[in-house]
Amino acid sequence: MHHVVPKATYYHVSVWLAVLLALTVAAAQFDLGGWNVPLALAIAIAKATLIVLFFMHVRYGSPLLKLFAAGGFLWLLIMFAFIAADVLTRAPIGSG
Amino acid sequence: MSSSTAHLAHHFDDVEQQYDAAQLGMWLFLATEVLFFGGLFAGYALYRYWYPEAFVVGSHRLDLWLGGINTAVLLASSLTMALAVRAAQTSDSRGTANFLGWTILLGSVFLGVKAYEYHHKFEERLVPGRNFSLSEKGDKSNFPDRDGSSSTANGKLDLSPFSPGHVELFFSFYFALTGLHATHMVIGIAILVVLVVAARRGTFSADYFTPVEITGLYWHFVDIVWVFLFPLLYLIR
Repeated sequence: MHHVVPKATYYHVSVWLAVLLALTVAAAQFDLGGWNVPLALAIAIAKATLIVLFFMHVRYGSPLLKLFAAGGFLWLLIMFAFIAADVLTRAPIGSG
Repeated sequence: MSSSTAHLAHHFDDVEQQYDAAQLGMWLFLATEVLFFGGLFAGYALYRYWYPEAFVVGSHRLDLWLGGINTAVLLASSLTMALAVRAAQTSDSRGTANFLGWTILLGSVFLGVKAYEYHHKFEERLVPGRNFSLSEKGDKSNFPDRDGSSSTANGKLDLSPFSPGHVELFFSFYFALTGLHATHMVIGIAILVVLVVAARRGTFSADYFTPVEITGLYWHFVDIVWVFLFPLLYLIR
């Protein structure tokens, strides 16, 4: 009645998570100019996506479940976008 | 069908609908959790944008290896949690209890390392408050005062581009974020202990494993929070 994920899938996902962890630690040892933060975030998002899709079974869920799962992150994105819009476009009063 | 309908609450049509509702409800709760942590992450992003140098200084006082090992431990605990759910789905009560036990063990190791790190930070006087100090043990170097002005004990102006008050701010975020995360871990472990007892009694089977699945979602979510906390706190350069 429910999708039982093969053990091998879980093992493969874990290996990828370990590789990505090693990658993010290695990348932090080098000065990549402005690219350190975007790279670290990209790797973190990749790890989170693997966990959500496979460990949390969203990949095998109904479209409604996928909508619920994406919803929280969508609102988070909106919050970050509005804060960034506010902070990045304003200067202190009197600075012209 | 008789064994599965035993778990069916009267306000659902069938067990399938009941299972779907439980899953959706948990994801809705996790959405509120995303925004709960999201507020702190947003604050972190703002202050890091304003005081990048201070955040680098603060981050370098954290132990990269302890943080990295803890990340690996937590990722491993997510694997054992996923295997526990799978064992429940395949009516393997013994396997369910065992994998839940491993998850509890790995979660406890994580909290133990975290406690060691906190203790170390207390000893190094890196906890925000009146005793906060950036001086390392035996180091008499002259750090600027909390407001950024130099105390100039040796007569020359300290030209460091960061203010210790802003490093203190980094540690406020460090303790708030990791503390909230650790609180979630403690709650998760408590729930897992209840599940182990239930699994040993043979409560879960292919017909009914909703509590294991739902707790798994919670555990993986807490793992995801750490996946972002690790690079944002430990890997700033």
